[in-house]
Amino acid sequence: MGASHTHTEPIEFQDLIDKTGFSAEQIKNLQKRFLQLSGNEETISRENLDSIPALANNPIKREIIGAFFDKRNQHDSEVGSFQEIGFEQFLMVMSHFRPPTLKTTVEEKEALRKEKLRFLFNMHDTDNDGTITLDEYRKVVEELLSKSGAIELETAKAIADAAMLEVASINVPHMAPDDFYEGITFEHFEQILKGLEMETRMHIRFLDVDTTTMRCGRSTS
Amino acid sequence: MDSTISTFRGALLVVFTASCLLHGSRGEIPPQPTGGGTLLPPVKPEAPQAYPDAEKSNLPVFTMDYPRIQIPFEITMWVLLASFAKIGFHVYHKITIWVPESCLLISIGLIVGAIMHSVNEEPPAVLSSNVFFLYMLPPIVLDSGYFMPTRPFFENIGTVLWFAVVGTLWNSIGIGMSLFAICQIEAFGVQDLNLQENLLFATIISAVDPVAVLSVFEDVSVNEQLYIVVFGECLFNDAVTVVLYNMFSFVADMPTVEPVDVFLGMARFFVVGLGGMGFGILFGFVAAFTTRFTSKVREIEPLFIFMYSYLAYLVAELFAISSIMAIVTCALTMKYYVEENVSQRSCTTIRHVVKMLGSIAETLIFFFLGVVTITTEHEWNWGYIMFTLLFAFVWRGLGILVLTQIINPFRTIPFNTKDQFGLAYGGLRGAISFALAFTLPDSIGRKPLFVTATITVILFTVFIQGISIRPLIEFINVRRTNRNLDTINAEIHCRLMDHTMAGIEDLCGQWSHFYWKDKFMKFNNRILRKILIRDSRAESSIVALYKKLELQNAMEILDTVSGDISAAPSIVSLYEDKKTSAKPKKRFLAADLKSMHDMLSKNMYKIRQRTTAYTGKHTLPNDTHAREILIRRHTTIRRSLRPGSFQSSAGTKSQKYFSLPAGKSLDSKLFPPERVSFTDDQETMSEVAYPSRRSRFSQPARSSSRAMMPLRRLDTLKEVSSVEVLNEGRGESGRTGRGMSRTNSSYSDSHVPAPRRHFSASADNNNSSADDFRNVHQEAEEEEEQQQPSSPPPAWAAEPRDNSTTQNPLLRRPQWNPKK
Repeated sequence: MGASHTHTEPIEFQDLIDKTGFSAEQIKNLQKRFLQLSGNEETISRENLDSIPALANNPIKREIIGAFFDKRNQHDSEVGSFQEIGFEQFLMVMSHFRPPTLKTTVEEKEALRKEKLRFLFNMHDTDNDGTITLDEYRKVVEELLSKSGAIELETAKAIADAAMLEVASINVPHMAPDDFYEGITFEHFEQILKGLEMETRMHIRFLDVDTTTMRCGRSTS
Repeated sequence: MDSTISTFRGALLVVFTASCLLHGSRGEIPPQPTGGGTLLPPVKPEAPQAYPDAEKSNLPVFTMDYPRIQIPFEITMWVLLASFAKIGFHVYHKITIWVPESCLLISIGLIVGAIMHSVNEEPPAVLSSNVFFLYMLPPIVLDSGYFMPTRPFFENIGTVLWFAVVGTLWNSIGIGMSLFAICQIEAFGVQDLNLQENLLFATIISAVDPVAVLSVFEDVSVNEQLYIVVFGECLFNDAVTVVLYNMFSFVADMPTVEPVDVFLGMARFFVVGLGGMGFGILFGFVAAFTTRFTSKVREIEPLFIFMYSYLAYLVAELFAISSIMAIVTCALTMKYYVEENVSQRSCTTIRHVVKMLGSIAETLIFFFLGVVTITTEHEWNWGYIMFTLLFAFVWRGLGILVLTQIINPFRTIPFNTKDQFGLAYGGLRGAISFALAFTLPDSIGRKPLFVTATITVILFTVFIQGISIRPLIEFINVRRTNRNLDTINAEIHCRLMDHTMAGIEDLCGQWSHFYWKDKFMKFNNRILRKILIRDSRAESSIVALYKKLELQNAMEILDTVSGDISAAPSIVSLYEDKKTSAKPKKRFLAADLKSMHDMLSKNMYKIRQRTTAYTGKHTLPNDTHAREILIRRHTTIRRSLRPGSFQSSAGTKSQKYFSLPAGKSLDSKLFPPERVSFTDDQETMSEVAYPSRRSRFSQPARSSSRAMMPLRRLDTLKEVSSVEVLNEGRGESGRTGRGMSRTNSSYSDSHVPAPRRHFSASADNNNSSADDFRNVHQEAEEEEEQQQPSSPPPAWAAEPRDNSTTQNPLLRRPQWNPKK
């Protein structure tokens, strides 16, 4: 963990290219950004990310930052969370959002989709127990709505409740009246988002060219 | 809308009869009894002394003055005929699935044209250049601009503009050059066509008009990118084409073209395009700003939208810049703000009228296309026309191929081969091409040839490609997007993803559209909304969807319960899209639903209220309550919450339960009190759809029994089984009564103690919220009272309390209490 790549030899990148699928230029770019964020340290801590001004207005800032420190997003089977992440971990998280190319096959696309869903799921499932409980869901919805002004907690709750009931009714249609729907498992999660278009929504075009000049004055720490 | 027209007609009729009576009673003999009161009948000079000579000629019992009404009469007849044709297609559904509507319209036009030709009738002279550009084109473009799906459009704006501008240039120049090359071959006998004329013609030919394709795309639900690119392309390449057309028709008159002209032409191109956009944005904002202040003049509110867009169009035309661009950007800009500002009804009216005008204009153009094909003079030149067809096809294909190769590296999701095929094959030619060809200046010697060639290309593409595109698209299996997914979860996750993406982009320090979207939304929320929207309370899309689903739910219930509302889906489907052609849709556009929500809730109320509202000429009826729908809903909830029914009907319908119970809380809490009264206050109502509206005026006799109703309803809320009520209701008015009876009976079925048990389980931890509700209710009630001190009947006074108390238990859903 925390492998450093401050010395940029293309050979050193090869490993990362294989792992993440980014091109060398993209990795170089991201690395620059990484160093910028970390203040030329080898690792990034939560505080580093917290202080990015651009993120300040993001309603789900907490979840996004959390996702970077979540071991589940590293394509390993580990669970838990990091205190600090190195560049490799940073890249691994970023690699969830690589757009498909024309060569990507249908199966690969399916796998990519699943991966992205898993990423979302992990954002919800903060306690790593494999289900999204109502409380967790409510928290996310509240945060989502928190920036849109005059929406009260009660509404957010009602919406989360409705959403939860929707999940329940889609996945467990024949529920006895006294049954209790514990939470959304990943399978159910997949089920409810089955028809949703992910292709246009969960991709970032990572630039090959360096945009440092555009960025001057915006970065922090 | 409809009602205003009909009242207007009614008024005319009254004027007419009155004037006839007047004339008759005075014993005058109007030389030409006239239709309306608008024009003074030409009075004979000796009219003052008419009494003595009145006996000389008898009062003509029947006269006719056709020339006087000829033009409006013929226009009306044409429009009617075209509309009847449209109705006709939909009688038999399967036709419109396989054959695009434009094909059918052209076919009908051909038949009519043949008939006219056989009786040597002149074709309608409607399609002069001015008529087309000033009256036919604006509605069509406004329609597309107004209903442009905004989000995907801005996500793909680069690609759209790329294809629209560069693609059209590519096509025009490519086709023009190759045709010019063909003209050099002596065997075809068209050497007299010079390069300018060829380019002009090529411009006409390259205007893609994928109306037919879009409806296919929509039915097949191809992926969003493909759809929006075709959509946007057809809009903006209209603009490009018209610019090019003006340029080339200017150039075509010039004997020689100097290089300077080429550069000036390019400069002009940008002036025209950007200028149009600028005017559009300007007028869009002005329109939005104006609607901020129209709350007191609801009845003319929709007018502003049309006037401003038309003004944008005309002003742009005045300066000879792209008027299409202007009206499209105007519509795009104002739509968002206007729809927040105006009342639901005005919003419905606007959409409705935009759709109506658009589809009528388009229908007419296709129709005339058919007619003109038969009746106009043709010059058939095999070589030229066949090559035109070939080049139009080849250059389109090549263009797409080359342009996608260039644009793909810049796209997050590149276009694959199938998408490219869809794009290329979707290049039908249509109304714009036809109109442009038909309005070619007569100075062009081979105009008939051009007209013939254009018509051939249009017919070929519309018929061959239009019919075959659906099977082909289905066959090659283009990537699909499910556009109709509206579950709360989907919406939540869309938002979640958007924010995640924006966040990740911030994190990795590169800014593409998520970043800009985020920035714009912030700017929009902080500044634009404050200026342009009266009640600048940003509404989250999740909340909007929540309400919408709730509405859908109510709709379903109403569909099953009450015949009265059966008209509602039909309006929606009308303004939802002309492209709905084939199958009636289950799901509606989000905004439509939102508007339907309010419409519905008010309409429900009006069933009972209609006698109370009497309005002056310039004010609209006032309804201050929108609660009945909730009452009805509660009974249904109760039914659905019964354990038994939860299990039995859980299959496909189960997803709707969720939205019901919390509904009231949304209604009352999300809308601040002013908002409630404000929306309530503009009961213009889309009286279009509701047959019941008439009785408000015509059946005062019902008032007494109606006034009884609220009390009865309250009884049902107190869970008293109320079979007599329904009997009474049934006796009283056919449809309404039946509707209510069904609700009630189903309710009384569900009058089972079972639910109680569940409610009480969690009732205690919700006491506070119950109080909340009550407060809000009372607040809202007070607001209303202030606004309308006289209107609420006393019978309603007790209701809010009832609502909140009966409904709170419903909010508790036993099935999935949170783990505490």
